[in-house]
Amino acid sequence: MSVSDNKDPITIESQQTEPFPGDVHPTAGGGIVISKLDEVINWARSNSLWPLIFGTSCCAIEMMSTAAAKYDWSRFGFEVARATPRQADVIIIAGTIVNKMAPVLKRLYDQMADPKYVIAMGACATSGGPFFYNTYSVVKGADHIIPVDVYIAGCPPRPEALIHALITLQERIKSGATREQIKVEKF
Amino acid sequence: MFEEVGTTEQGDLIINVGPQHPSTHGVLHLIITLNGETIKNVEPHLGYIHRSIEKMCESLTYRQFIYVTSRMDYLSSHINNHGCALCVEKGLVVEIPPRAKVIRVLMDELTRLASHQLWWGAMAMDVGALTPFFHAFREREAINDIMEETCGARLTMNYMVPGGVMFDLHPNFQSKVKDFIALFKSKIDEYDELVTSNIIFKNRMKNIGYLSNENAVSFGCTGPTARGSGVSCDIRKLYPYEIYAQLDFREITETGGDCFSRYLVRLQEMRQSLYIIEQLIDNIPEGDFQAKTKAVIKLPKGEFYSRVETARGEFGVYIVSEGGMTPYRIKFRSPGFSNLSALNHMAKGHKIGDLVAIMGSLDLVIPDIDR
Amino acid sequence: MHNETLKSMLVELVPLAVFEEGSEWPTIMIEPASWKSLALLLTTTPALQFDFLFCLTCVDWKTHLGMVFHITSTLHRHTVVVKAKLNRDHPEIDTVSDIWKTAEFHEREVYDLFGVKFLKHPDLRRLFLTDDYVGWPLRKDFEDAVNMIKL
Repeated sequence: MSVSDNKDPITIESQQTEPFPGDVHPTAGGGIVISKLDEVINWARSNSLWPLIFGTSCCAIEMMSTAAAKYDWSRFGFEVARATPRQADVIIIAGTIVNKMAPVLKRLYDQMADPKYVIAMGACATSGGPFFYNTYSVVKGADHIIPVDVYIAGCPPRPEALIHALITLQERIKSGATREQIKVEKF
Repeated sequence: MFEEVGTTEQGDLIINVGPQHPSTHGVLHLIITLNGETIKNVEPHLGYIHRSIEKMCESLTYRQFIYVTSRMDYLSSHINNHGCALCVEKGLVVEIPPRAKVIRVLMDELTRLASHQLWWGAMAMDVGALTPFFHAFREREAINDIMEETCGARLTMNYMVPGGVMFDLHPNFQSKVKDFIALFKSKIDEYDELVTSNIIFKNRMKNIGYLSNENAVSFGCTGPTARGSGVSCDIRKLYPYEIYAQLDFREITETGGDCFSRYLVRLQEMRQSLYIIEQLIDNIPEGDFQAKTKAVIKLPKGEFYSRVETARGEFGVYIVSEGGMTPYRIKFRSPGFSNLSALNHMAKGHKIGDLVAIMGSLDLVIPDIDR
Repeated sequence: MHNETLKSMLVELVPLAVFEEGSEWPTIMIEPASWKSLALLLTTTPALQFDFLFCLTCVDWKTHLGMVFHITSTLHRHTVVVKAKLNRDHPEIDTVSDIWKTAEFHEREVYDLFGVKFLKHPDLRRLFLTDDYVGWPLRKDFEDAVNMIKL
């Protein structure tokens, strides 16, 4: 919630008594603060991110391992993996993106409802990976197609690396630094 | 690019399945023509993971191109690498030390077990049972840990090199594999109890997706897909490589030709793989793990073909060499490509739910098909 | 059947065949126009019965394109390799998808990557690349400055 001209009585009162909870992002026209409500909303969003099942190649197997019993990701709230983008929050691009698949990825991303986040898993989704040189059909990095929040290195990354990336994404959501949130605040 | 979905003149419905779909085992795009709920035609559209591997290999040296095949059929990555190493060794005419041969066969059979475990879990999940997925991954993690200690990676291990294997076995390898054998013997009986004898599972799989013996050969099917229809095509028995000729194991064929027969073939292959590992684990010979080869490998002018039995069927590597440091042309004969061509024939006349069961029983890995 | 016996049988049946040396299996070089009749002969002769086509590919030799067919018999357990030279500018050869059903997909792949036209194929269109793609990627003179980053 942005406060532009200090007319809100609650804001004025708490500004005078104690420091505001949450981060402060300065913009033109006054200070924007993330209020307690924003913090609660971010905390709730980050602890129940539902991933979209989108695995194109080998990284999909490590994603399935992360979902299975030994490196369980539902401990962190990623319990419900949805097959349809309309009900998913985060798309984990696990695998290589080729020129024929790129419009499909873009369409899936557009079909997801806001707020949505993107994790590029593995070397192929980050930059083309082992298929960078001398290939005529590989997109050299999924961020040519859609904006990415977290990149994971590895070919394929271990399940612990994927969980580390998920926790990083959760912390970024809580601190308000994902592309989604910065985009909204610029209004 | 996006096909028109709609109705044909006869009133049939045309729908898309995939490319992003939980049960297509990768990015497979199927255009299905339906009459009510009965399938009239299934047309696979490929290419959504076509990574131009064959073109890329023309600029990689003979030691470098092996890593790429790990990523093709990533569930049998050791076996794919093995096939490539065998082809290069055919050109070099080099003798592999016995220790390397035994290590290669051990790793191959462990990979086959891991691949069939994942297939079993995914197959049951497609048909509707979610619990076997977790059981399968629990055992698979044990194999992944063994592989990680010796080879350094869990899924795409580049362990086979022309001449032998890259590193020696880890000191814990033997004891860990023996523990795994003891554990898995009871688990595989559990698999039978949980899924095979389940009446719902049997109703979903029996008499679905019939493939006759002649059609299996004509469509070029290999592996458990063809062995479920009675075709005897196990490369380990027909054209033995490494030490398979000296091992005692059976080739499993069933004559039913339907999904349930293919399922039974793979389950029994798991038991045979376990038996092979048992025979070898106490008899690993001492010695070198890699034969001496030149640092820069140049194959003589000519063409070489070698084949191995992956978890899906016959994987062939065809190298045409002009004497240089890089191959002139490499063709990978992938088992999934031919197995998929039989899908239309098998699925005609069934319902959509049966199509999912048929695709599960074919055990497709789409990057293997698209290369 | 032993390689030598197989070779002598093939010489009898196909008098115009030229044999290539240096491979582990008997390799026949034929004219593209005679491929269909040879394929029918290989499948229908009881002593040969080549019913399993396990590899169908093409090699770009810069002056011409070479088709390579690897066929084996599940009954007699012998293998033969058939090669045909195609003109680079108009590469055309008969389809064998009515004899071996696996050839349908394999021929589509060769058309997609090399541009070889298979006459009377039931459905000849691109398989891996998009339908509007221009160019035959696996040919040696293929250039794609946008996508291919050379090492």
